[in-house]
Formats: sequence, C-alpha cells, structure tokens
Amino acid sequence: MTRKTFSLFSLLTVAAILVAACGGGATQAPQAPQAPSGEAQATPVVETVEVIKTVVVTVEAPAAAATPQVKIQVAQAPGFGETLKAVQARGNLICGVNGQLPGFSFLDPDGNYSGFDADFCRAIAAAIFGDPTKVEFRPTTTGERFTVLQTGEIDVLSRNTTWSLVRDTELGLNFTVTTFYDGQGIMVPKDSGLASLEDLEGGTICVQKGTTTELNLADVMATAGVNYTPAVFDDVNATYGAYAEGRCDAVTSDKSQLSSVAKGLLPDPENHVILDLTLSKEPLGPVVRQGDDQWFDIVKWTIFATIAAEEYGVSSANVDEMRSTSTNPEVKRLLGVEGDLGPKLGLTNDWAYNAIKQVGNYAEIYDRSLGEGTPTYIPRGLNSLYKDGGILYSPPFR
Amino acid sequence: MKKSQTFGDRTLFAVWRDERFLRLLGQIVFLVILATFLGYLARNMLNNLRQQGMGLGFDFLPLTAGFDIGEHLIPYDRSQTYLRAFEVGLLNTALVAGLGIFFATILGVFFGIARLSSNFLIQAIARAYIEFLRNMPLLVLLIFLYTGIFIQFPKVRQAITLPGPVLISNRGIAIPWGTPTDTFPLFVRILGIGILLAITLSLGLSWFGRRTGRAPLVWLWSILIFIAAAVAGWIALPSAPLKLDAPTVQGLRLAGGQQLSPEFMALLSGLVVYTSAFIADVVRSGILAVSRGQVDAAKSLGMSGFHIMRLIVFPQALRVIVPPLTSQYLNLTKNSSLAVAIGYPELFHVAGTVNNQSGRAVEVIVLVMSIYLSISLITSAFMNWYNRRVRLVER
Repeated sequence: MTRKTFSLFSLLTVAAILVAACGGGATQAPQAPQAPSGEAQATPVVETVEVIKTVVVTVEAPAAAATPQVKIQVAQAPGFGETLKAVQARGNLICGVNGQLPGFSFLDPDGNYSGFDADFCRAIAAAIFGDPTKVEFRPTTTGERFTVLQTGEIDVLSRNTTWSLVRDTELGLNFTVTTFYDGQGIMVPKDSGLASLEDLEGGTICVQKGTTTELNLADVMATAGVNYTPAVFDDVNATYGAYAEGRCDAVTSDKSQLSSVAKGLLPDPENHVILDLTLSKEPLGPVVRQGDDQWFDIVKWTIFATIAAEEYGVSSANVDEMRSTSTNPEVKRLLGVEGDLGPKLGLTNDWAYNAIKQVGNYAEIYDRSLGEGTPTYIPRGLNSLYKDGGILYSPPFR
Repeated sequence: MKKSQTFGDRTLFAVWRDERFLRLLGQIVFLVILATFLGYLARNMLNNLRQQGMGLGFDFLPLTAGFDIGEHLIPYDRSQTYLRAFEVGLLNTALVAGLGIFFATILGVFFGIARLSSNFLIQAIARAYIEFLRNMPLLVLLIFLYTGIFIQFPKVRQAITLPGPVLISNRGIAIPWGTPTDTFPLFVRILGIGILLAITLSLGLSWFGRRTGRAPLVWLWSILIFIAAAVAGWIALPSAPLKLDAPTVQGLRLAGGQQLSPEFMALLSGLVVYTSAFIADVVRSGILAVSRGQVDAAKSLGMSGFHIMRLIVFPQALRVIVPPLTSQYLNLTKNSSLAVAIGYPELFHVAGTVNNQSGRAVEVIVLVMSIYLSISLITSAFMNWYNRRVRLVER
C-alpha cells in the first residue's frame, strides 16, 4: 500500500471516530455513494426538535381531617432547576462581581474579594452549601457582564447593576431583589467651581461604557439643553484614571460608586465633591438568567432572608440562641425550626440559618463594608428597613 | 498494490481501493464533520437563546440608541438609531485607518530606505526605531501614548499656544481649519477641473515617456498642475472660498478650528508609528530583493543615485513590497479596534456599547465581524489590482 493511501485511511479512521464521538443521533454518517460521481455533496440535515418538559408535581397535603387533597400542575420551562444542579455538581458558586469598586467588591490586601456585593455572593453560597467560602469570584467589566451571565459562565451577577425594563426583558435577565437603592450623581474637582449641570456646558464628562448612567447622562443633558462630550471608558480604573488625570471636567456614575471610588481610588479624595443633584433612580442588585425560576427564587429569598433577619433582630451573633429560644413563628420558619421552606427552594431547611450565621443579616453586611467605621462609609438613607424610614421590605416567610 | 490500473481493469479493484474515490470520500467526510460541528454550535446557541427567551434578528437596529458618542463625522445625538451609531463608529474607523495608512506608508518608506543608508548615524537611528517598535505590543504603546503623553498636556485654561495658532491641552489638540464660505462649491469645481488636468497631463507624459524613452517626472508635474489650478482658482474667485478659523479656549473646551481629541491622536500616532516599523522592514526587504547587478548596470550607464532608486530599484522592489504591504494595511485597519482600551469611539468601541444597551451580543458581533471582513476584502481587492499593475511583465 502506498503511503498516500495509507495516510488517507488513517485520516478516514480518525474521521470515523470523530463522527461516532460527536454523533449523538444528530446526524447520520452518509451512505457511501456507489459510483464516485464528481459532484457528490453532503448536505447534513439538522433537525431542531423543541422539547417542552411538562413536569407534574403532585403535592400530598397532610392527611388531616377535612383537608382536601390538592393536585398542583406546574408547567416548567426548560432550564428549571438546572443552575442549582450545576452549582451543586461543581461544588462552588461562580459569582460575577465588579472587582474594582471599594466597599462593593474589591480585592482586599489578603487577596480576597470583600465588599457589599461580594458578601451577597457568600450568603448565597452559604445558603446552598452551608459554606460561604464556596464562591469563585469573577471580575467583569460593564461591557461583558451580561454576556457572561447569558452564556452561563457565571451563576449570578452581583455587580451594582441597575434594574431596567430592557435589561429585564430583552437581555434575558431576571433582577432578583434591589439590595442597594442608589441614584446617579456627578463628581467634579472642588477647585473647578462647577456646581450645576449648566456649568458643564461644553465640558467633557467621563462615563463607563454600557451603563445606564451613560444613557441617563444623554437623557438629562438633552433635556437640560447642555452640550457636552462624553469620554467613554471600559472599566472603573480607566474611567476614574482619566478623570484623575484631568481628561474630563466631571465624572458621572451611581452616587455609591462615586463616593466609594473617591474614597478608595483617587489620590486626593478631599479635593473632589459630588454635586447635590440626582440624575436618576438606580436600583442595584444581583441578577440571574431567565429560564431557571428555581434559581431566581433561591437568590431572591436568600437576600430577603438577610433583610427579614434584620427586621426580626436575628444576627450572626444571636442566630443560634434565636433558633432554640425564639417563639416568633416567622423566625422559626426562617431558621428552619418550623415548616419546610428550604426544600421548597430545593435547599436544606437550614439554608437561611446558614446564610445568617456565616455571613450575617443585611445590617451586618452593610456595616461591614459601608458602615460608619469603614473608609467607604455611605449613610444608609433609603437602604434602611421600612420601619426605620427606608424602603427595604421583605415579603413574609411562610 | 499496483498503481498502474487503467480504465479497463477498474472493475478488478474494489471501490474502496480506488484512489479517486478515497480522495472524494475523504473530502465528503471532512465536510460532514465540519458541518456537524458548526451545526452543533449553532444549535447549541439557538437553544440557549431560546431558553432565555431571546431571539435572533436585526430588528433592533432602527431603535433609538439613547447614548451619546464623543466624536462623530456625521450628525449624531442620543435620539438617533443603533444603525446610525454603527455608521458613526464605522466612519471613525475609516478615518483613523485611512489617515493611518497614509502616514504609516510615508514614515515606513522613509525608515525603510534610511535603514539601508550608508550613513552610519541615519542607519543606526532607523534600526533602533524599527527594532524598538516592532518588539512592543501595540496595546502597550497605545496606553503609553494616551496616558503618558496626550492626557498629560496642561488643562484647557493653561493650554499651550503654538504659532498658527495651535492649541495643545489635555482636551485635545486644536489646529486652525478652514470653514467654507459661499464660493466654496465653485472652488470644489475648480479643484475637479484641476484633477482632470492633472490626469490628462500624467497620461500625456507617460505616453511621451514611452515614445521617447525618457522618463519625465509624471507625478511631480501632475501635482504641480493641480496646485497651479487650485491657486489660480483661489485668486480668481471674488472672495476666498475658505475662511481661516482659529481655535480659542472657550469655557471648558477648545472651540473653533479642527479639534483632535487625545484618544484620536493617541490611536492615530500609535497605529502610524507601530505599522511604519513593519512597513519599513517590508520596504527594506523589497529593495534588497533587487539584485545588485541592476544597480551596478545602472551605475555603469552613469545614472545618479536618485535616478537608480526611482527608475531601477523601486519599480522592481514594488512587486516584492506590495503583497506584504497589503497585509500591513489590513493589520492597521484591524488593529484600530484596540481603541477600546483608550476610549476612541471607533466601530468596535461603539459596538460594545450597542451590545450592552441592546443586549444583542450575537447580532452585534456578527455585524462587526462582517464589517471588518468587508473592509479587509475591499482593501485587499484594491491592493491585488495594484499588485497586478506593478508586477513584472514577463515576455
């Protein structure tokens, strides 16, 4: 046998193995044509079969007297429960964070991500695994954050992301709970003497690419009739770096980001001032993909658990005590002493207990990163419980 | 196995031993594997998109973009469409690529020839320039130029004023520029006539050159006649077609003249110097490829150094130079997408914003890829045409 035919045969063998390996019934190997006609062409037929899983869940109510048997039929979209399964199989939670924002998610000197957004990732990991360290943090830019979530590279995006209608619908995302109510502000150097939008006529404003702030800025400036030039950068460091170098007269972002960056990244924080005007509402919170409602619920209710815990005075310090002594039924259900709220989410019954015990309630998470003692202090303001004049409010745990 | 089968004893061989059949089968199998693989990827993507309730389609293009773009050659504001935003980005890319190719070629040819100079100093400088730039990643160079040079200029109110006046500040560089007056359209027509004259002259001169065997300076004369027409037109018109618009500092910005933003300047200068180093080497290799005998022969005919370069070496070098030069041009155009790092709103930068605001990652990337592909194909089609013209005609 000549070398040529031999190599041809080996190629064929490899090819055959490949076809067999990736076959999976999608395509059939073509029938070898009897006569080698010159123009033989192989057109693979790719059939798309849409499978909609209908899962019938039969819930047996406890056979107490006079309780009718109920049957609930739940039609579940494909993807239901897949994220939790994947996370559990992988053994950790992959959480997209900003990574450059002191107070929210930032590498501390020990090389760990710390901050408000990062702690919510830990709370979710604690609720799933009972271990807040089982999180892999992925720093993302504003430009890529939705794509990495859509493609499943991360499980949850906890990255000061504003909830808006387009993102909720067209981008295929689900916004869970607003963890931080914010508003867009403008920061200028103190010595510039700029005090209002009109003062910025003809100026250059630094803004991060692909943010709602970029859109709000355009809206507000168009409404106010102020001409300006946007200087658009890819990430936090580039944006504030250019601002610090004087490339822009002002920089705009969420007020929380401005204050945390001013205090954490600028060399001379005392020389910058955030103007007393709010350009927009910016509700920020973790985001998940559409299509897996169970996962959506898990993230949502883990956050609610931290808020409810603050409301009922449950903290990481007293959670064990509360668990054994509390007489409040809501606390008992929250901590898994009563009822089976955990299994309804696909988790163990001590999910909320774990999250609170190991990460803390909302107030603890807030104070750890943004509280008065920290260099990135932001007054709680709107982000207080509804009882204390804020708008944080958890639905009932039952 | 005997390879000497003829048509007659073909039946003696089993079909799988027929080399022609095997070749064909190999190709078919390869095609099937490729199609299966691509089909699998496409199916996977469509399934994932459907799972998230997202569709595919370009119906988002006519929607309102809602964001502003810092630099635009065509009118643009936040109420325009995504499509318009793409056009703005494409034009910015075209601008920086066009100017970049122009300057990089001039600089590259200069350094390429300088590298071969017999003057040690010139040769050493050219060598250092080429080696330094060729061995530095473009991204590093761009970020250095941007953060290290162009935004380190003084603030607007302390802008450096050079004669012209040229204003230099960290908001950019402003140079004097002409604003068209009423007579400008007429002047454009005069320029058109000038171009026609120049083309006629160049055709005539080349014909004359071929007839007589002398080589007149076709380009020089054509450009001179064009300039003469332009100057005559300028003087003949009742009022000057362009009014000088000098830049000034106005509030927070530079006003008037032509504004060159720091991002644009950093990107353009980065692309130009980086690519010019590669072009210099291409030019040098082209010149070295012309055999020494050609130069010696020209010398023995008593030609001067300039004439040898222009008439003997360069025309022959061109056919070696043009194909690699084409890929340098393509590289420059594609490298302009690195502007995302420094915030110049070229195509890829704008596409990133569109992607993020509209959420159509697949469509936006497909669009960006096909636009870059088209630009590259058009550029290489032109360069191939030029290459055929300068190729050595063998008889």
